[in-house]
Amino acid sequence: MDVVQLQRQLVDYRTSLYHEGFLDEQFTQLQELQDENNPHFVVEVVSLFFEDSERHLNELTTALEQQSVDFRRVDAHVHQLKGSSSSIGAQRVQQVCIAFRNYCEEQNVEGCLECLQQVKHEYSLVKTKLESMFQLEQQILTAGGSIPM
Amino acid sequence: MTVERVISETKDQFPIGMRVLAVDDDPTCLLLLDTLLRRCQYNVTTTSQAITALKLLRGNKNKFDLVISDVHMPDMDGFKLLELVGLEMDLPVIMLSANGDTKLVMKGITHGACDYLLKPVRIEELQNIWQHVVRRKKFDQNDWYNSGSQDKPHMGSGEAAGIGKVDQNGKLNKKRKDQNEDEDEECDENGHDNEDPSTQKKPRVVWSVELHRKFVAAVNQLGIDKAVPKKILELMNVEKLTRENVASHLQKFRLYLKRISYVANQQAHMVAALGSADSTYLRMGSLNGLGDFHRLAGSDQLPNAGFRSFPPSGVLGRLNTPAGLGIHGLPSPGMIQLSHVQNSGNAGNDQSKLQSFVIPGNHNANILLGMPMSLELDQLQNNKGVRHIGELPTADNTTVFPVSGSLIDARVAGCSNNPLLGVTSNSLMLEGSSHQAILHATNLRDSVSTMVFQNGNTLSDFNCIAPASNQLRDSKSNLQGQASLISCNAGPIIRSDPQEWNAPRKDAPYQSNIMCCSINSSIPVNGAMVQLGQCLDQNNPVFHRNMDLDSIGPPNFVDPLSIKHNKGESSAMEPLVIDKEGYLIVQQRPQGSYIPDNIGPLGDLASAIMKQDQDKGKPADGDFGCNAYSLRNCI
Repeated sequence: MDVVQLQRQLVDYRTSLYHEGFLDEQFTQLQELQDENNPHFVVEVVSLFFEDSERHLNELTTALEQQSVDFRRVDAHVHQLKGSSSSIGAQRVQQVCIAFRNYCEEQNVEGCLECLQQVKHEYSLVKTKLESMFQLEQQILTAGGSIPM
Repeated sequence: MTVERVISETKDQFPIGMRVLAVDDDPTCLLLLDTLLRRCQYNVTTTSQAITALKLLRGNKNKFDLVISDVHMPDMDGFKLLELVGLEMDLPVIMLSANGDTKLVMKGITHGACDYLLKPVRIEELQNIWQHVVRRKKFDQNDWYNSGSQDKPHMGSGEAAGIGKVDQNGKLNKKRKDQNEDEDEECDENGHDNEDPSTQKKPRVVWSVELHRKFVAAVNQLGIDKAVPKKILELMNVEKLTRENVASHLQKFRLYLKRISYVANQQAHMVAALGSADSTYLRMGSLNGLGDFHRLAGSDQLPNAGFRSFPPSGVLGRLNTPAGLGIHGLPSPGMIQLSHVQNSGNAGNDQSKLQSFVIPGNHNANILLGMPMSLELDQLQNNKGVRHIGELPTADNTTVFPVSGSLIDARVAGCSNNPLLGVTSNSLMLEGSSHQAILHATNLRDSVSTMVFQNGNTLSDFNCIAPASNQLRDSKSNLQGQASLISCNAGPIIRSDPQEWNAPRKDAPYQSNIMCCSINSSIPVNGAMVQLGQCLDQNNPVFHRNMDLDSIGPPNFVDPLSIKHNKGESSAMEPLVIDKEGYLIVQQRPQGSYIPDNIGPLGDLASAIMKQDQDKGKPADGDFGCNAYSLRNCI
């Protein structure tokens, strides 16, 4: 595929991510922060997000497996997850976190477990999509093109 | 944790190069914040640990201009960090969180945060955070040096627009900003180095009792609605008085009237709430007085200068003591009032002030200038106050301010960030009933200080009027983001001298209300004072601003006050909001001069008063313009 085609593909893909609610305008802000001084900013931040989120998800899984669930702990992790997902614009993940927190407040284990599943699901979706997008970008760069905004 | 420091040679290009310390345990957010801040051309240092942040800050107190911190952190609660920073370093702190619950935001405010941002944070928001640094600097300076630079007349037209907006927080901010600019121009003697020095100084007009009396007479003659500066000027027939002077004075007067009516309203509520007319005491609740003031000053931020503009003396005078109660408008951010007391060098002064302050008991509590006073009125009274105040800081930063119900209401009106400070451990709670009407806010840094004075019998009674705690709570929420908290305990408090107060009894509430207006940077108190002053003026100068507290007679002013100023009991009070001009006391500019920065609430008040005296010299005159008469007249 030539550069122009790749670029078009990228733009379409990105647009679809916004339309489907995987990303919101916060992600656009991230992109705007990337410049020559900071050429890999988006990838950096998103990678951090992935690492961090996986840690939180693991902690959440452990916490909810306990006999006696420590909701404060659960809430703390969900809160963090919510904060970081909102910071990078992972909208769907953020929304599930909001529901998740409500269940925590109600101390509803079932609800929490369900949300945990949902969060994991949304997270893996957005992760896959972003990784695909990055790959596309990389292809463009390799082909000598520039990333369209 | 990444620590990067770029030597900034751009101090002069402020806000470029402003040194920010960012603390957040979430690496994603931290990186984002770091990048955003750099994009704003700030000099950024980041850390994911609160403890590290403290170390950095303690290492060199002048290393940073501003701190941004997350609320939820594993090693230390963000609020705790906030308090510590405020206390130790007196830096503006901005809280950051994904959780925007009102309660949390309020907590931030009471702990002294100068702003609360929600994640995800946007660059537009960060682009304006430098205002907190400037505001703090400016108000601090004002407090100390600004005894005369803020001339009412100066503010006159310039502030006209601003003044009109006092009522709203948002506007308040703007006003404050305008005020700031205005003040900047006039503060060259303050050594502001980042503002244009004022190029011209107009001679300050002192609104003496006599002058004010003429003014009021002229206004009455014309009718408040038809009173225009030009005509008033003609009627007054005073040499060297300009139309601008009159115009700005008129503005203040109008605001005062509004406030009075509001206060009256509040009083009514309060009285109702309290159920008994007698012995209402004004509680001086200084919410973190200093802190609050600080915050008050900020437009939407906690105003710093709120108190500054009070002419503490005026109001306090009434209290019989220079209620240095936390009048200091400049509380360092987040400083606990109590700690201020300790720290401030004026402690000594404060003490004396406090004492005197306490004494009045009878007189009048009306002066509630919303100074942030530590509630330890009791103590003060016995001269222990001072000591006590000194002890306050030891408390855990929670000051409970007994707030009378009405205060709260008043407070609520347009208070911007004056969270009520609840001094817990030191328990200003005079009454034993802790918390009762006190806004118990931990680290109420920015709480509004309500001064509750207890009339009548001795200050030792500073019982807090125990307004329904709900009131407090409610007001608390109101306070949130409110510019000035007016803690006026008006009315009932003035009961101390039943006879004296009888007539004005009704008015008294107003008065006190007005007086107690919270100290928002705008010192509505000033305005109130003025108003009161006016009233009183007609009757007698009850209030002498400078320490003539004792000479203040019964609040006659109350009467005229109520008559004149009772404009409808609309509760839209925002008049109590102390706008930058320190309206309450009719003081145009922040009374910074007399508010030593770290004096504890009471101390502050006292010192403020003292300072005022010193600065002003004669009671009746005052550059505070309004102050002068407000004080005079205030009972």
